[in-house]
Amino acid sequence: MARLADREGVLARLMLLPAIVYILALVAVPFVVAIAYSFSDVTAGDPSYDWVGLENYRSNWEDPVFGRALWNTFLFTGVTMLLTVVLANILATLLTADFHGKWVVRFLVLLPWTTPAALGAIAWLFMLDSLLSPIDWILWQVGLLEDGRHMVWLGKSGLAKASVIGVQVWRLVPLAAVIIMAGQTAIPDDIKDAAAVDGAGFWRRLWEVTIPLTLPVIAVAVLFGAIITFTDMSLVRVLTNGGPVNQTHVLASWAYVKGIDGGNLAQGAAVAVFLLPLLLAATIAILRAVRRWEVT
Amino acid sequence: MSERSEGTTAPTVPIERQRRQAQRRYVASRITVYVVAIVASLLAAFPFIVEGIITFKRDQDLYAPGSNPFRYNLDPTTEHLDFLFTSTGFLTFVLNTLLVGACVVAITLLLALPAAYSLARLPLRWGGALGITIFLVYLIPPSLLFVSFSRLIANMGLQNSRWALVVLYPTITVPVAVWLLLGFFKSIPRDVEEQAMVDGYSRFAAFVRVAVPLAFPGIVAVIVFSFTLSAHEFLYASAFLSSSSQKTVSVGIPTELVLGDVFHWQELQAAALLVALPIALLFNLLLERFVSGFTMGAVKG
Repeated sequence: MARLADREGVLARLMLLPAIVYILALVAVPFVVAIAYSFSDVTAGDPSYDWVGLENYRSNWEDPVFGRALWNTFLFTGVTMLLTVVLANILATLLTADFHGKWVVRFLVLLPWTTPAALGAIAWLFMLDSLLSPIDWILWQVGLLEDGRHMVWLGKSGLAKASVIGVQVWRLVPLAAVIIMAGQTAIPDDIKDAAAVDGAGFWRRLWEVTIPLTLPVIAVAVLFGAIITFTDMSLVRVLTNGGPVNQTHVLASWAYVKGIDGGNLAQGAAVAVFLLPLLLAATIAILRAVRRWEVT
Repeated sequence: MSERSEGTTAPTVPIERQRRQAQRRYVASRITVYVVAIVASLLAAFPFIVEGIITFKRDQDLYAPGSNPFRYNLDPTTEHLDFLFTSTGFLTFVLNTLLVGACVVAITLLLALPAAYSLARLPLRWGGALGITIFLVYLIPPSLLFVSFSRLIANMGLQNSRWALVVLYPTITVPVAVWLLLGFFKSIPRDVEEQAMVDGYSRFAAFVRVAVPLAFPGIVAVIVFSFTLSAHEFLYASAFLSSSSQKTVSVGIPTELVLGDVFHWQELQAAALLVALPIALLFNLLLERFVSGFTMGAVKG
């Protein structure tokens, strides 16, 4: 018996080994190397490692674009999650209801999430085009915009930021709704029935039964969405490319501009390192929420 | 007797009113559901509907100032669709995506299946902590890792090669796959494998012949996730691929169908839509599985 357990122990390690080796070699080591790069002068052209201490952090800190990117990252993530949590709860409630044509509705509302982010951004690139925007055309028809004038959505700082947030919300609501839906369907039927029999209307059931019981799942959905928004560079890259004049960069897109476009790997790393403290906080929060979910 | 009949007839009026009220409330809630469903569908699908319309628009129609963007002011044409398939790299991007996707699926399953089984079933003292650690790996941002990968890919001689993506994408898919499969393996009753082992299977044979087939729904979810990631991923693909023969859809379409300042709008939108629709279909077929896999991994991990 003891020998069998021993052999299972060996087998367990053997089966785990390939995945662990791969993750160590291609995530753990590169992670440490990237952080080490941020204290060096490594560039794409000159890979020799020379220690420069906090020099990259200092020059980033003095760069106004970095400051804006840092602020935008928090702004975009905060506003996106606020809007997403409200809309995703509505969508999740809709998707748990029974109605005709649900399959079609489900297909359509999930499209923004299942489409690659860069290609969703391509669709919006046309919607927000300075001359051809169909949104401008609608605004002309309803009289909110003078005929022939254009909003130039991506050409003005405020509108461009709002556009990035809008597209991010559009993309994340379906994901958050699906996660919240999983929580809503897990509420035992007898609780829902009891509330309905007691005469609780839709809104009271929503506020006093559904939302409190799904709160941990809502937290998971929000945190996942926040991590995605926080680390995503593809949307900004395709939609605005940081423009107009570097007004809409986020940390991830700015790190890319520095590291790949500019070839300055060390500075790119020093930008991206700023993502870590918040990711760590979000991770701890996710684990807590999941544990609470487990208990309920 | 008369007392009884009074007892039942007296409240009929309020009951009748209550019933009518309930009915009205029911009708109102039905209408709300359909209105919300239609509004949500329109908001979500609006850009895709426009993409579908634009695909067949003639240049003179599309670029005419002030023309209605939602209808064909001139006869629709398939010339842009033809151009997309015959004169652009679109089909190459699709093939590259399929190739990278297939390889990533294979590597992910080879690494994640045994690892998840080991964590779910076998005696490992630090198994629980390890499961969580593997999940946390998923949260390390590509925006930071690309810095090191840029050197790594150069050292491996994989600059500007789609094989670079085959090496890198499992860093994203393996943690998720382990997490998903862990839940599925835990949901299989232990007795099934133990019975197989009593019948003379080794533990490894029980894993291959009994546990893996029973975790099939989870495997399908992993396949779809890993495969679509190859179409979704943008950062690594745009950082490490520069020639059009190597690009995948999510980086090839935005970079190659815009020449300088000239947007080939119809081709661009058609390509984006042609990629979006099949992926959405796949996801919809497997939605329930994803949702249950996600919760299982979370609840039982």
